[in-house]
Amino acid sequence: MTEETSAAEPRGISRRALLGGGLLGAAAVGAAGFGLGRATTGEASAGAATPGTFAFTGEHQAGIVTPAQDRLYLAAFDVTTNDRDDLVALLQRWTTIAARLTQGLAAGSYGPSSGPYDAPPDDTGEVADLPPAGLTITFGFGRSLFVTPDGTDRFGLADRLPDALVELPHFPADNLDPARCDGDLVVQACADDPQVAVHAIRNLSRAAFGAATIRWTQLGYGRTSSTSTAQRTPRNLFGFKDGTANLKAEDPAHVAEHVWVPAAAAAADSRDSAWLTGGSYLVARRIRMTIETWDRTSLREQEALVGRTKGEGAPLSGGTEFTEPDFAVTGRDDQPLVAMNSHVRLAHPTHNGGVRMLRRGYNFTDGNDALGRLDAGLFFLAFVTDPRTHYIPMQNTLSRDDGLMEYLQHTGSGLFAVPPGLPDGSLVVGEDGTPITTSASPFVGQALFA
Amino acid sequence: MSRTTVGALALAALVLPLAACVDNDPAAGASTAALTVSSTADACTVSSATAESGTLTFQVTNDGSDVTEFYLLGEDGLRVVSEVENIGPGITRDLVVQVRPGTYFTACKPGMVGDGIRAQFTVTDSGDDVGPSGDVAEQLTTAEAQYVAYVKDQVGALIAGTQEFAAAYKAGDDEQARALYAATRVHWERVEPVAESFGDLDPLTDAREADLEDGQTWSGWHYLEKDLWPPLAADNGGQEYVPLTDAERTKAADDLVGWTQDLVDQVNDPDFTFEAFQISNGAKELLDEVATGKVTGEEEIWSHTDLWDFQANVDGARVAYEVLADVVEAQDPDLAATLLERFAALDALLAEQGSVEAGFTPYDELTEQEVKALSTAVDALSEPLSELTAVVTGA
Repeated sequence: MTEETSAAEPRGISRRALLGGGLLGAAAVGAAGFGLGRATTGEASAGAATPGTFAFTGEHQAGIVTPAQDRLYLAAFDVTTNDRDDLVALLQRWTTIAARLTQGLAAGSYGPSSGPYDAPPDDTGEVADLPPAGLTITFGFGRSLFVTPDGTDRFGLADRLPDALVELPHFPADNLDPARCDGDLVVQACADDPQVAVHAIRNLSRAAFGAATIRWTQLGYGRTSSTSTAQRTPRNLFGFKDGTANLKAEDPAHVAEHVWVPAAAAAADSRDSAWLTGGSYLVARRIRMTIETWDRTSLREQEALVGRTKGEGAPLSGGTEFTEPDFAVTGRDDQPLVAMNSHVRLAHPTHNGGVRMLRRGYNFTDGNDALGRLDAGLFFLAFVTDPRTHYIPMQNTLSRDDGLMEYLQHTGSGLFAVPPGLPDGSLVVGEDGTPITTSASPFVGQALFA
Repeated sequence: MSRTTVGALALAALVLPLAACVDNDPAAGASTAALTVSSTADACTVSSATAESGTLTFQVTNDGSDVTEFYLLGEDGLRVVSEVENIGPGITRDLVVQVRPGTYFTACKPGMVGDGIRAQFTVTDSGDDVGPSGDVAEQLTTAEAQYVAYVKDQVGALIAGTQEFAAAYKAGDDEQARALYAATRVHWERVEPVAESFGDLDPLTDAREADLEDGQTWSGWHYLEKDLWPPLAADNGGQEYVPLTDAERTKAADDLVGWTQDLVDQVNDPDFTFEAFQISNGAKELLDEVATGKVTGEEEIWSHTDLWDFQANVDGARVAYEVLADVVEAQDPDLAATLLERFAALDALLAEQGSVEAGFTPYDELTEQEVKALSTAVDALSEPLSELTAVVTGA
């Protein structure tokens, strides 16, 4: 495909500008944002009638504190090239495409149904008639990008490996499938329409051929966490509300403390990891639920294992959903109402050194197994400032002691460093005012390669 | 073992369901009336002082600031027809109970002390048939005694077998140890919910390698299993398996015997009891064990003797059901018939693969279709079996 935009007519302003006349207004807002440098951070820009767009640029990448969309498609990639310049070029292409797609534009300047007649369209086309659906695309780097398991430094990045980008330990009862683990790069696409999320990964994968290839992907639905106080708490496949105590975007002080990587982290690191300041770490765990046996469990046991009521989501110590659990309250025989091995007790910040996570998980159902049971569960996603303090200790506790583990099995795993966002106004745009890829195009994670 | 050290039994032990005749099947015909109860520090407000006989639902809300309980008491004010306990402030919990015509008392017990705040409650005759009226206390006591006797018998056989196994293993007679391994473990697997109720014993004696935390010391049956059926490096995460030394063998075998003796001692303690709801929960848990561990071949990953464990879990669940069968047949004859039929179907499928006495097909030699058929039979049995506790606690 070509990145030239020599034609007089603006191209690919918006799939909707061409195909969905009624939505023209919202689309124009999305497209106009680039030239001006978007000022909005994390707020949907569309009118009430259509799902909006979220700014691609900003201090942090979108898709973290962004109000969790309903659908997920996440892909981990293996980098197939050993050439650092090819890797950089891939990240430039990806950044441009992500900037375009998240604003409701086609992947390329021509769009799905224009351009040279003897060339394949530069966008695959399946979202041509769909609104942007709040699409966000978030990029991350796995440990193997810096140093392979056998110690090879493929891209001259080994001396930039953050100390916290560790290999996750074996947690009790882990049953990980290597084909669902790790990866050099990760792309999280979230949208309110699964077709929009899948379209994003499909077009990014297409742009990666020759430089990177998909290692594993995960579809998710029914977001299991709320990341904004404006969202009601959703339910996981156990039927319980999930993420009541999650960090919310409206709590910037705690988000700053528990989600973003501070400058102090780089100062304390053994290698130069300043490129990650303002970024985060993404923990991904595919947690299969044995829902068939769970469904045979009495309401008494279900609530006791979770530590909350199934309906309201109130802690068993009393109150309503957002009442803090009181772990000291006892009932018959002086036993605590919130059981010692209940999930809410073991996962609570007061039992984990005060650490909190920004969870952004989704339910999944990947068909069934050979025994006729649904291969379903929770695709756990969490953004944290340091997995060594904010994930590993808690997961060890949960895997060892959480009564729910009877019904859970971790089958996939990944840990990724998520760079900070691209500065507003930094994108290179073509004559039509939309992002294009040139050798000067900025890219997510650029400071790592500086 | 189960994936957690503190199983559902420990949780269930926090509460003590008493009497009531609960019909689990909403289509069973009894009328359902919704009553609300508000429990505060000084009031126990029931939305109506009368109801028609049948299945009643009391929706109990704790509007006070102390943990509360709600009781339906008999005409004498002493007999507990049914109750719901441990209701935290602000929480609502249902009490579903079958009630025959007569005079009763409702009682809230804020703070869980004293006689409670009582009011008379009258149940008029709806004309519907409301279950049997026999006193089941005696049946339950008999069931509990029978089950404890079964547990003692099994752990007696377990300690004898474990000693024999340990002696062979320590003496380096691996062939004899392998021959005794599965047949001895059968006695453990039959009563595993009891062992799980004793905290650390289960993880110490029955942990699988994958259950461990990084750096945690491994011990028990599966530690020895791996040594008796040493894996190839390819099946061992690429690592060459290093056999245990004589000293390690001796310690591991002695530890196993010691912990098993602990189990024997605890079961034979005069204070040891296992209540009816624990027996019925245990039956369900044994089937869960089959569904999550055995049917996937994860339990005996080196010896592939999963079918012994499978059969033993089913044996244990069947015995648990059988000691309760009189109660179930009186309360819910359809459920009793279904359970009998499905236990028989599962046992017949297992019999196609062998027996505890004659030995079973190694699990890795089963076809996919055979595994699927076993799994389907387990699911078919587990679903009705999950109703057992509500029937027993409602009896």
